[in-house]
Amino acid sequence: MSWEREAKRVADGIRRRVTAFTLKNGGGYLSQACSSAEILATLYTKVMNLGPSVAPPVPPPFSGVPGRDPNYTTGAGYNGPKEPHLDRFFISPVHYALVLYAALVETGRMAEEGLAMFNQDGSRVEMIGAEHSPGHELMAGSLGQALSQVIGIALARREHGETGRNFVFMSDGEFMIGQTWEAIETLAFYRLDTVVVYIDANGQSADGKIDEVMRIEPLKDRLEAFGAAAVEVNGHDVRALEAAARTPHDGKALFVIARTNPYCGVEVLADRAPKFHYIRFTRPEEREALERFYLEKWGKRDEA
Amino acid sequence: MKLETQVHQKNLVRWAADKPEVVVFSADLTSSTEVRLFAETYPERFYSFGMTEQNMISAAGGMAREGFTPWVHTFAVFLYRRALDQIQMSVAYPNLRVRIVGFLPGITTPGGATHQAIEDIAIMRAVPNMTVLETGDATDVETVLDVAQAVDGPVYIRMLRGQIPRLFTEPLRLGRVRHLREGSDLVLLTAGITTEEAMRATEVLDARGVSITHLHVTTHKPFGDPVVLDTIAGARYGVITFENHTTVGGLGSEVAEVMAEAGLGKKLLRLGIPDTYAHGGSRPYLMRYYGLDALSLVRGVERLLGEELGIGDEDLKAVRLEPVHGDYKAEAL
Repeated sequence: MSWEREAKRVADGIRRRVTAFTLKNGGGYLSQACSSAEILATLYTKVMNLGPSVAPPVPPPFSGVPGRDPNYTTGAGYNGPKEPHLDRFFISPVHYALVLYAALVETGRMAEEGLAMFNQDGSRVEMIGAEHSPGHELMAGSLGQALSQVIGIALARREHGETGRNFVFMSDGEFMIGQTWEAIETLAFYRLDTVVVYIDANGQSADGKIDEVMRIEPLKDRLEAFGAAAVEVNGHDVRALEAAARTPHDGKALFVIARTNPYCGVEVLADRAPKFHYIRFTRPEEREALERFYLEKWGKRDEA
Repeated sequence: MKLETQVHQKNLVRWAADKPEVVVFSADLTSSTEVRLFAETYPERFYSFGMTEQNMISAAGGMAREGFTPWVHTFAVFLYRRALDQIQMSVAYPNLRVRIVGFLPGITTPGGATHQAIEDIAIMRAVPNMTVLETGDATDVETVLDVAQAVDGPVYIRMLRGQIPRLFTEPLRLGRVRHLREGSDLVLLTAGITTEEAMRATEVLDARGVSITHLHVTTHKPFGDPVVLDTIAGARYGVITFENHTTVGGLGSEVAEVMAEAGLGKKLLRLGIPDTYAHGGSRPYLMRYYGLDALSLVRGVERLLGEELGIGDEDLKAVRLEPVHGDYKAEAL
């Protein structure tokens, strides 16, 4: 199978799994799966140079926080071993956790049983990912902190002579935050060109359309003015997403602004505009419509 | 007693010479936090972050994850106030080896309310995984480095700069108070710059027949030296805490908590900045205005004892302090 077909298969699997969970749980961060499925699929199947998972396929239960659990580990092992030449992956908007878990399952990094632990008490497969959650390495739920943390990691890796890149997945809403811009000027100051940021620019935040919440555009111009390299692509085009990573950015961090649609692939959600942040069913007909959509697109749902 | 200058500036460079894992972060206050010499001596280990304190703290967490020990320097207020969420989520939750060095404690700066860290101990003590240390003299400032570096987790240090007295000869020890004076009437606990004031006051008080146990606290968290409760149990009139911090959540609260948990029903007088913001001015003016000087302590002792002792400024000025061992009767305790 060509990598493009594989990436599209993974993206479709992400949407299918997150839609199923949204139906099962009566709500969920489904629009995030719709907008970011191709981004995560392309990163995991083609762009990032990661080793195979070194974490248990079925995540062990929650065993305590750092400083309390002597055997504590983060969820980074699902992204492969930490090696000097290998890339690292850091997710910033961790309410995308389910999307990431689905990506890990689709790419063979986590067992399906792990997904069944999602949002269950005592599990580390949490709704808002913590650093112990599969595929996560940082505490990022207070948005805007991950990029700065990656600066520290990238500085340290450079000091250690490591050649692997540091991929960060962000949401466009995080570009409302002052700390994000502090981080971008710092990336420029230290010429950290090992940092590559993919932005799911779905134009959505918790209140609705970002345009009506805060002014973050023109994002590409602003990023460039702050000393970063930036490229804008169709975030549902896996080839364009892959090519973006090869944009020359010597001495600069690279930001890939992936313009996305918050109901791509689950078009039945389109009527909900402009509110997509968390999909709820307020009327039985909404649930039935999504059930019908699922059945038509993916067939009968496994009731796990 | 000897006054010394730029103690941290000189000591840090010496101390870090054989510690390649130690890096220094600065937020555009490199000279003001005495790390200019470090930056000049080890430029490859010095990271300028400009006025991006939130970003700087998160980056320190990132670098600590990769095996370095960032020593983050700036004024305390810009750390525990401006970057508290970052301290909590990028550093404290992951229990990372970041050393947060906060300058300008309490009223040690003429900079006014924006620069005076008056509630930092209260806030940092409430942060899980955090160790909270405070320095009160040149020896504390020098030896706190080894103590902090040995902690496998984040550490907040309330640091002194500029001209500092050398009061002690022995190194600071984690979780141990310095036992400066032994007496039976009351137990006095001080920390930071109030210790020197208290040492003046206790000399005069002792001469007037007031018998005081004086403990200098350098570890606010974990706060568990058994000497504290052992001495309080034997105090005839009660306990006084005297701190360069608001009376909410700092030393006074630490002592109140352990006394209450142990069921020690003694009177406790908490002297400090009385739950108010301060304003800008010279240190002697501010110490008098907010009740942090030796005379204010004497008035506090009078309140606890219920008698006037007739001590004035002239009596206190006449006191000549000598550096002390600071581990009074260690074997017996």
